[in-house]
Amino acid sequence: MSRAMVAASTSQRREKRGPKVGTTGPQITVTVQRGGPEGPGRKQQFQVPAYDNQTVLDVVSWIQQNADPTLTYRFACRVGMCGSCAMMVNGVPRWTCRTHVSKVLQDGAMEVAPLRNLPVIKDLAADMDTFFDKWVSAEAVHHPTASRDDPIAPIDPEAPERVTASAGIECINCAVCYAACDTVANNPDYLGPAALQRAWTLYNDAKDGAQDTILDAVSGKGGCHSCHSMGSCTAYCPNELDPLSAIAGLKRATTRRFFGKGRA
Amino acid sequence: MKAIPRAHPLWLAYILHRLSGLGLALFLPAHFYVLSMALNDAARLDAFLRLTDYPLVKLAEFGLVFLLAVHFFGGLRLLAFEWLPWSAPQKTWAAASLAGAFLISTTFLLRAI
Ligand code: HEM
Ligand code: SF4
Ligand code: SF4
Ligand code: FES
Repeated sequence: MSRAMVAASTSQRREKRGPKVGTTGPQITVTVQRGGPEGPGRKQQFQVPAYDNQTVLDVVSWIQQNADPTLTYRFACRVGMCGSCAMMVNGVPRWTCRTHVSKVLQDGAMEVAPLRNLPVIKDLAADMDTFFDKWVSAEAVHHPTASRDDPIAPIDPEAPERVTASAGIECINCAVCYAACDTVANNPDYLGPAALQRAWTLYNDAKDGAQDTILDAVSGKGGCHSCHSMGSCTAYCPNELDPLSAIAGLKRATTRRFFGKGRA
Repeated sequence: MKAIPRAHPLWLAYILHRLSGLGLALFLPAHFYVLSMALNDAARLDAFLRLTDYPLVKLAEFGLVFLLAVHFFGGLRLLAFEWLPWSAPQKTWAAASLAGAFLISTTFLLRAI
């Protein structure tokens, strides 16, 4: 009896999620870039049922669950916290979990591709290794000034340097800015907006003890002076952060040090 | 699909700056070559300069002054943004530099005609 119920509910669920469902209502034409590390493969088209309040991530998930289980993509939080779901949607880098289909649809169609400027693992999953390696190369890592045994030094949240640092700390490493940046596209050594912005927040952080190390790391080849201030990072950061201005801050700080005027 | 997927005002300013910079760089050798005639062959220079009476050449001169003005103001905008600690109402400056460039180059065009 109970086994029959389970079977019934399973088949019901199948029916509910099966490919036939939703094929009568309004449809979206979705073009998906497939392929692996050897380079972009074929583009594949899917018809996906349209719903109210549908995100791009919902659409990609629908394809994977109902049309092609081999489609590879990445997400975790679904609420713009984890930074793992970013993809190119109609050529623009976006968090797919926080992008409504209605916002990006063009004549009932949209195109989804893996994040630009990064190698592809498979289909829509970009390989983030170079992106994170560059954070380390930019010394965008905490350099402690005290140990756990020392008393905690108070920080004034209104101090100008703290305000400058705080402006950039909400970054969730999603690489949307990195995918938007044409300098990254043209210069493989360029550290990129996210890593440089984190270097700038740490440079202004009273609890970071390696200002000179940071400036050394960001003033070399591929450092902050490679940036052309086109502002695509700031224009597309879904968290409304401003790497463009952070990098301008690094340009001033490195130059001031070069001419021997010390800290900004 | 939009024609240029990631276009936005500052990006267009960047493209304009690069294209005008390249345009100027291409013009510069020709400019020096023509100026060198003043030293070597003044008559040929005068003959060449009579070309500037043609309307098409006048238009091209407008284009050139426009490129220089665009590049000059665009460059000033970048230098100001990067070196003065401004918190950027940069779009306004991008627009203002374009307006300034048009003003100068159009004035030049009107005076030339
Ligand atoms: C009139 C005064 C000028 C100013 C204030 C100026 C300023 C600038 C600045 C700030 C940049 C860097 C832009 C960036 O980082 O992307 C630049 C780039 C450039 N400039 Fe100029 N410039 C001037 C004149 C010229 C002239 C006369 C030429 C041509 C011979 C020229 C050719 C270029 C080129 C080819 C670039 C590279 C474009 C790029 O990197 O996007 N500039 N200029
Ligand atoms: S401002 Fe600099 S970091 Fe930002 S998109 Fe442009 S070149 Fe890249
Ligand atoms: S700066 Fe913005 S776009 Fe860039 S990685 Fe951080 S959150 Fe993402
Ligand atoms: S799934 Fe976490 S940010 Fe989109």
